[in-house]
Amino acid sequence: MTSAPLVDIRGLRVEFGSAAHPFPAVDGVDFAIDAGEIVGLVGESGSGKSVTALALMGLVDFPGRVYAERLAFGGRDILAMDAGERRALAGRGIAMIFQDPLASLDPCYTVGYQLDETMRLHGNAEERASAAVRRARALALLREVEIPDPAARLRAFPHQLSGGMAQRVMIASAIAGRPQLLIADEPTTALDVTVQAQVLELLARLRAEHAMALLLITHDLAVVSESADRVVVMYAGQVMETGAVPAIFETPLHPYTQALLDALPEHNLDRARLATIPGVVPGAYDRPAGCLLAPRCRYAVERCRAQRPPLEPVGRGSARCHFPLDPQGRPTRDWKVVRAGASAA
Amino acid sequence: MLGFVLRRVALIVPTFIGVTLLAFALIHLIPGDPVENISGERGMDPERRARLLHEFGLDRPLAVQYASYVAQVLRGDLGTSLTTHESVAHEFATLFPATVELAFFALVFALVVGLPAGMLAALRRNTVADYAVMGVSLTGYSMPIFWWALLLILFFSVQLGWTPVSGRIAVQYDVPALTGFMLIDTLRAGDLGAFRSALAHLVLPTIALGTIPLAVIARMTRSAMLEVLREDYVRAARAKGLPRWRVVVVHAFRNALIPVLTIIGLQVGLLLSGAILTETIFSWPGVGNWLIHGVQSRDYPVVQGGILLIATIVITVNLIVDMLYGVVNPRIRHA
Amino acid sequence: MASSIPASATPEATFAPPSRLREFWRAYAQNRGAVVGLMLVGLLLVLALGADVIAPHPPNEQYREFTLAPPVWHDGGSARFLLGTDPVGRDIVSRLIHGTRLSLAIGTISVAISLTLGAILGLIAGYFRGAIDTAIMRLMDVMLSLPSLLLAIAVVAILGPGLINAMYAIAIVLLPHYVRLARAAVIAEAGREYVTSSRIAGAGTLRLMFSTILPNCAAPLIVQATLGFSNAILDAAALGFLGLGAQPPTPEWGSMLASALEFIQRAPWVVTFPGLAILVTVLAFNLVGDGLRDALDPKLRS
Repeated sequence: MTSAPLVDIRGLRVEFGSAAHPFPAVDGVDFAIDAGEIVGLVGESGSGKSVTALALMGLVDFPGRVYAERLAFGGRDILAMDAGERRALAGRGIAMIFQDPLASLDPCYTVGYQLDETMRLHGNAEERASAAVRRARALALLREVEIPDPAARLRAFPHQLSGGMAQRVMIASAIAGRPQLLIADEPTTALDVTVQAQVLELLARLRAEHAMALLLITHDLAVVSESADRVVVMYAGQVMETGAVPAIFETPLHPYTQALLDALPEHNLDRARLATIPGVVPGAYDRPAGCLLAPRCRYAVERCRAQRPPLEPVGRGSARCHFPLDPQGRPTRDWKVVRAGASAA
Repeated sequence: MLGFVLRRVALIVPTFIGVTLLAFALIHLIPGDPVENISGERGMDPERRARLLHEFGLDRPLAVQYASYVAQVLRGDLGTSLTTHESVAHEFATLFPATVELAFFALVFALVVGLPAGMLAALRRNTVADYAVMGVSLTGYSMPIFWWALLLILFFSVQLGWTPVSGRIAVQYDVPALTGFMLIDTLRAGDLGAFRSALAHLVLPTIALGTIPLAVIARMTRSAMLEVLREDYVRAARAKGLPRWRVVVVHAFRNALIPVLTIIGLQVGLLLSGAILTETIFSWPGVGNWLIHGVQSRDYPVVQGGILLIATIVITVNLIVDMLYGVVNPRIRHA
Repeated sequence: MASSIPASATPEATFAPPSRLREFWRAYAQNRGAVVGLMLVGLLLVLALGADVIAPHPPNEQYREFTLAPPVWHDGGSARFLLGTDPVGRDIVSRLIHGTRLSLAIGTISVAISLTLGAILGLIAGYFRGAIDTAIMRLMDVMLSLPSLLLAIAVVAILGPGLINAMYAIAIVLLPHYVRLARAAVIAEAGREYVTSSRIAGAGTLRLMFSTILPNCAAPLIVQATLGFSNAILDAAALGFLGLGAQPPTPEWGSMLASALEFIQRAPWVVTFPGLAILVTVLAFNLVGDGLRDALDPKLRS
């Protein structure tokens, strides 16, 4: 990476709840996205991945509070922007599509109206000036997202569309502003399995054609392994590991990533029961003082429970672990020594 | 769309039949002798009574009487008032515009104040503005209309002398009744003094009548907006970078209007109930006042005709609102 | 990879879940207005039950020398008649207090009649469906097509003016709302498994309707009953005001306002206080009704 990343996030923290009892939905997120890259943001429900994206978009509302060491897009500091500048960024620099496409379209207006709306705001000078030009572009966009009979679709209302088609419309609306980054928050979760693959392929293709970066948020590792260049793994509001695909899947650095991979059906073919991660994600009031994964981690020792590890670069990626895993999948450094020492004491 | 309209119309036919049944049954349910009730004469000699019985058709079987009543109604004949000896239908037609004018302005008042108030309360949730709007709204629909009207008169007419106490227009103005709507008629007659007087007379009754619908509309708008603002499409609209006013008005409010419209439809019935009371207090010459005098003076043709006509109007208005609902909510159109 | 070794888990502290009543109260008390409303209702109840003892004068006793006496804070007023007297010399405070008893009685009786009848009709309509359902609902539609006051007036026109007839009229006006609610609730519940299993176990129709389904429909009916109470009081006052409800000398708040218009300039207190009493009472029940709805809502949703 020679030039500055497109998205630079460091020390992101998003709090909810009262000032007296804050609940950190996101507490320690560091990662970067380069222009044109596909980054997969993976984690369980409640890991804070959606909130991270919303924070980037400026969509975290009161009573949420966003703090960060650095939150930059295209080199510009988002934190220093006023509301108007942030709003100008949404839809034009960064676009976002959401999990339930049918619910994300306003049921009272046609597809054409909603596309037109986006273009009136974010289109180029020609598009902003002329309705005819906007309509032509709308048709082109719908064709690009592989919607058959686009002219008829422009007149349709959202409830007349299927889930897959609605998601394509959302994608069309998102790229109408020619964004540099497209955030897709669980874009395929609400769709049929057959449609899922199509939508992912579409996203990958559009990314390539428009030289966009893509932040793919999902809980599904399979989705990410097919599409992404790099992966960021989150747990309980923190980034646990970042790494390149396919290395992160072959030699994960963090025990959490390892456990996630272990739980995949593909890796359990020789067993009677699926491997699981015991325990539950810490809630608002029982966040461990040490490593957040410690209560559930198979390798946890005293130091893990006492001290929260920082996110450190390891090899080509980074990991938030006192004892990151070696290529054989076992904890490195002095783990054995420490463990032995603990049991001897 | 046509199918939707036809279906809605078909649904109200049984209700309308039921209303005619109710109006018809009224005369027969009232204690006492139906002949006396209809003719208004008491203590007739048996010969006259028998003749009137036959004249009114009361000696025929009930089903036949009902059929002939419906036939009469459809011809536009609703009987004759016992007190004024005028045709009931004619009296209603003469007095109805006054009630409509009052109800119309009351509704406009309720919407113009209530919709923005509800929106404001939703956007400024749990702040002073929200509590103020909700507090006023709660008080508004907990008040008896007639008392509120009396208080308004006490304050604005008696203490401050700003507005007149009663009537539709100052006594000295004699305006030819073209449409029956005082504001229009005074303008057409070119009499600005009369127009101003009519306007002044409208103020207090409008506020009195409109207060309860205002309270209900404000409340409903607030809760509808709060629900809509949580929806995914509002979040998506913001993610598109749309300016705040557009998100709130074009997207949120437009969707919140759907449940609010149903409430507005319901307000029509409330307005007519309230009109009865408001007209009594302000001596407003509308059908509410007319109906009450009819009940108080046992003028049964008036009561019967009044109930039938008002019920019909309410049903028709609800039908129109129902169809408007189809326009406003695209999902219904295709159902 | 070896299968995971479970980390030691802390034993879960066991505790008894709070009783439903306590849980309900906690949800209800979150709404401060609702608590105020409840306290007001309590106060009104005390006034109503203890009217004979609390009121300083008999409500219908006319003090001929003191007609239209102003309230105690005006000059000319006295502590004997705290809020003044009406045009024939009756003490307003005493009339208001006795009026509380009347209003609460009207509300209770009208709502009780209407709720019982409405729940039964709604249960029948919703459970049996078919022709009987259509017949009942059409009748309700007709009743709903008339503005409520108009319907009440129609009933009173038939039955004749008077407090008892006014109560019947109000009960009839409130009826369609309960029928609709009960019917909707029954239709929603009747498809649920516990009903089917009860039926399979051999429960008879009546038992099924009343012991099994009805308790689960109770919540919305309760909320509507409280709000119906407020409407009943307002309608009774309206009828009283029009001379169609309580007849003089009954100290019903609405009828107290009936002759007030002519005295509005001379003696505004005759107008203000009865209306204020209505406002406070209706407000109290509306607050309670709202509080109930909010407290029962999550359970309604589930």
